[in-house]
Amino acid sequence: MTTVTDTHEDHHDHGPAKGLMRWVTTTNHKDIGTLYLIFSLIMFMVGGAMAMIIRLELFQPGLQFVDPGFFNQMTTVHALVMIFGAVMPAFVGLANWMLPIMVGGPDMALPRMNNWSFWILPFAFAMLLGTFFMDGGAPAGGWTMYPPLVLQGGNGFPFMIFAIHMMGISSVMGAINVIVTILNMRAPGMTLMKMPLFVWTWFITAYLLIAVMPVLAGAVTMLLTDRFFDTTFFNAAGGGDPVLFQHIFWFFGHPEVYILILPAFGIVSQIIPTFARKPLFGYSSMVYATSSIAFLSFIVWAHHMFTVGMPLQGELFFMYATMLIAVPTGVKVFNWISTMWKGSMTFETPMLFSIGFVIMFTIGGFSGLMLAIAPADFQYHDTYFVVAHFHYVLVTGAIYAIMASVYYWIPKWTGHMYNEKMGQWHFWISTVSVNVLFFPQHFLGLAGMPRRIPDYSVQFAEFNMWSSIGSFVFGLSQVFFCYIVYKTIKGGEKATDQVWEGAEGLEWTLPSPPPYHSFTQAPEIK
Amino acid sequence: MSSENAYYIPHDAKWPIVGSIGLTLLLGGFANQLNGSTSASNVMIVGFLILVYMMFGWFGEVIDESESGTYKKVEGVSFRMGMVWFIFSEVMFFAAFFGALFYIRIFSLPWLGGEGSGASTNEFLWGGYENVWPSNGPGEVGGEYEKMGAWGLPAINTLLLLTSGVTCTWAHWGLVANKRKQLIWGLVATVVLGFVFVGLQALEYSHGYNELNLTLGSGVYGSTFYMLTGFHGFHVTVGAIMLTVMLFRSIKGHFTPENHFAFEAAAWYWHFVDVVWLGLFIFVYWL
Ligand code: HEM
Ligand SMILES: [Cu+2]
Repeated sequence: MTTVTDTHEDHHDHGPAKGLMRWVTTTNHKDIGTLYLIFSLIMFMVGGAMAMIIRLELFQPGLQFVDPGFFNQMTTVHALVMIFGAVMPAFVGLANWMLPIMVGGPDMALPRMNNWSFWILPFAFAMLLGTFFMDGGAPAGGWTMYPPLVLQGGNGFPFMIFAIHMMGISSVMGAINVIVTILNMRAPGMTLMKMPLFVWTWFITAYLLIAVMPVLAGAVTMLLTDRFFDTTFFNAAGGGDPVLFQHIFWFFGHPEVYILILPAFGIVSQIIPTFARKPLFGYSSMVYATSSIAFLSFIVWAHHMFTVGMPLQGELFFMYATMLIAVPTGVKVFNWISTMWKGSMTFETPMLFSIGFVIMFTIGGFSGLMLAIAPADFQYHDTYFVVAHFHYVLVTGAIYAIMASVYYWIPKWTGHMYNEKMGQWHFWISTVSVNVLFFPQHFLGLAGMPRRIPDYSVQFAEFNMWSSIGSFVFGLSQVFFCYIVYKTIKGGEKATDQVWEGAEGLEWTLPSPPPYHSFTQAPEIK
Repeated sequence: MSSENAYYIPHDAKWPIVGSIGLTLLLGGFANQLNGSTSASNVMIVGFLILVYMMFGWFGEVIDESESGTYKKVEGVSFRMGMVWFIFSEVMFFAAFFGALFYIRIFSLPWLGGEGSGASTNEFLWGGYENVWPSNGPGEVGGEYEKMGAWGLPAINTLLLLTSGVTCTWAHWGLVANKRKQLIWGLVATVVLGFVFVGLQALEYSHGYNELNLTLGSGVYGSTFYMLTGFHGFHVTVGAIMLTVMLFRSIKGHFTPENHFAFEAAAWYWHFVDVVWLGLFIFVYWL
């Protein structure tokens, strides 16, 4: 990397352009990061609204508010919006904002392509959400899109397929940009093993993205041709197999869940040392654990298919391989706790969300281990136990880490401190309500309540009511979060450059907010 | 602070949004078409033309920047890494279809034929079905068909593509040694071989559809055959177009022995397409 950066010779003002076109044509990593984050927040609210409808219908047994078809559309699109619209773009937004700064570079390596990776997304989601207004409504066969059910959808079906193709293109371009930025834009002296963990985890996430998004594209392309072009990939009469789709899908799907969690690991590994005022315990073991998780994630996919009728050797292999993942995951949890051990800790909002992450993500990991036991999964599969599992790892895992990162870095982004009292309220209301929301679902699942069903037997009534009450409170507290963010952007106490007393890393050497072009002069790395 | 060795950061990227609009029209139009709309193909065409316009504009801008010496070594490294990872993503796209092929041949057909736990499926659902390859399944979907032989056109195509890989490398040597003639003639040969390949494949498809009754709807054999060779053929076409652009640029005097990222990218892409073909020849045509 060279040491100095500049832009067009004929473009000396270095500030952003004015008006709407600034956002449409920007190549600036901070602008694009902001776009991603705002987009993700909007999608979080859209997906959240769908979750509210689901929980409203499930408040009591019987059908009260929506018809079953629409209910299935809600579960399907809720999942797609949250995964591809809320969590992934939030992480890419954070990567855009922070990676160039954290490695001491001037910007992302491929700025024009960076713009395109974002600007495909609004179009893709317009296409996906547009299906609600079509004949037959939105896709309703579940986000996993299993054939033959999904092939029986209405006019929305091909739109869903193409929307997924577009999201895939966007993700792959974004991931290429991340990898190239990390490999080629580091300041002199920023060796790989000096990179902050957020950079490391994103590096590996990007690799996973490039490896599996095209596989998803292939899978949904085969769905499309099976429905419209007479192919029989997933039709036994022609020699195919519906289970083949599940294999291909989960070969994407399991690495995908690590795409959703590895950047979260990185965030928490940045925040805990800051508020424990100690360096991260076991930095290199964190790097190796992340890499082994990424490797293992490619050979465990069929734990989603234990009940589908695989040969016994398959069941055993995927069971043991899955359990193996608990080892590197355990290393990580151990390291976070050891970092806090004997630290001089304070509990500002980012730290609260991070500690919440460590505890509740671990609960999700434990239920994952229970699901990994093939014979036991015959009981749990497709019940609310699975729903509880993945919401612990995704909501109190991925989303909590994103919340933590917003509180952690928003003073840097905006130059304003958020309101600490409100942040604490947000954390506590969310944490109480999210457990009221998801913990009872474990019991529902163990008792046999199936997932993706709008009505249920009366024996499940009480836990469902609690779960719904928890969900309404949790939903409202996220609206409160939007308000906190809005207020912080508008104003607030001035943030210092360092922001947090114990914070270390290049981002804290820049002013808050940082100048439009970050490191015009490559920083010195000690 | 001099801008001599600064990393170049472009401004005002207006092409991405054009690309998004084009892509949306193309795919949205296609989806409508699939749903039975009769006017949607016009939307598709407009979308496609917008995409082509976007590529001319976007690549044109980058070529101008490259030729005016805006890029230095470090930007070149970014471009090269980007291309390598892009090709990796393409490899994984093909892996999905190869995976489907292997799964069908190793698992699903034998199970349908009664192997392993498939005994009762075979007995009660598909009585008498025997696992063979190629197969259009126990339901004999698509009716009688013939297998596409390996040693006619496909073997010739293998030869063509392998030769084009050699000529492409030869052109590259010419470029590095600053022998423009070798560069240009090498590219001409590569492009011609590439397009002849695509032409022969079209011939083969027409043979399959008209004489062998082998279609996309001929069970899993037809599905995997046309999807794998079809996506490959599409990639060959794209690669040949890329190389054609390189040819015109070479004739215009673009590229120097030090600075020729676009050529390298196209050449790598070409070799990638080549390797995929070898996989196809072995697993789709031959074995
Ligand atoms: C210790 C690590 C983990 C283990 C052992 C594990 C295990 C499992 C198993 C066996 C299932 C299938 C259950 C069934 O359908 O019967 C499952 C489902 C799921 N897991 Fe995990 N998991 C782990 C971590 C994670 C993480 C980190 C995430 C995401 C951030 C995640 C997200 C999901 C999702 C979304 C599903 C449900 C997919 C669906 O059917 O819709 N898991 N997990
Ligand atoms: Cu999994």
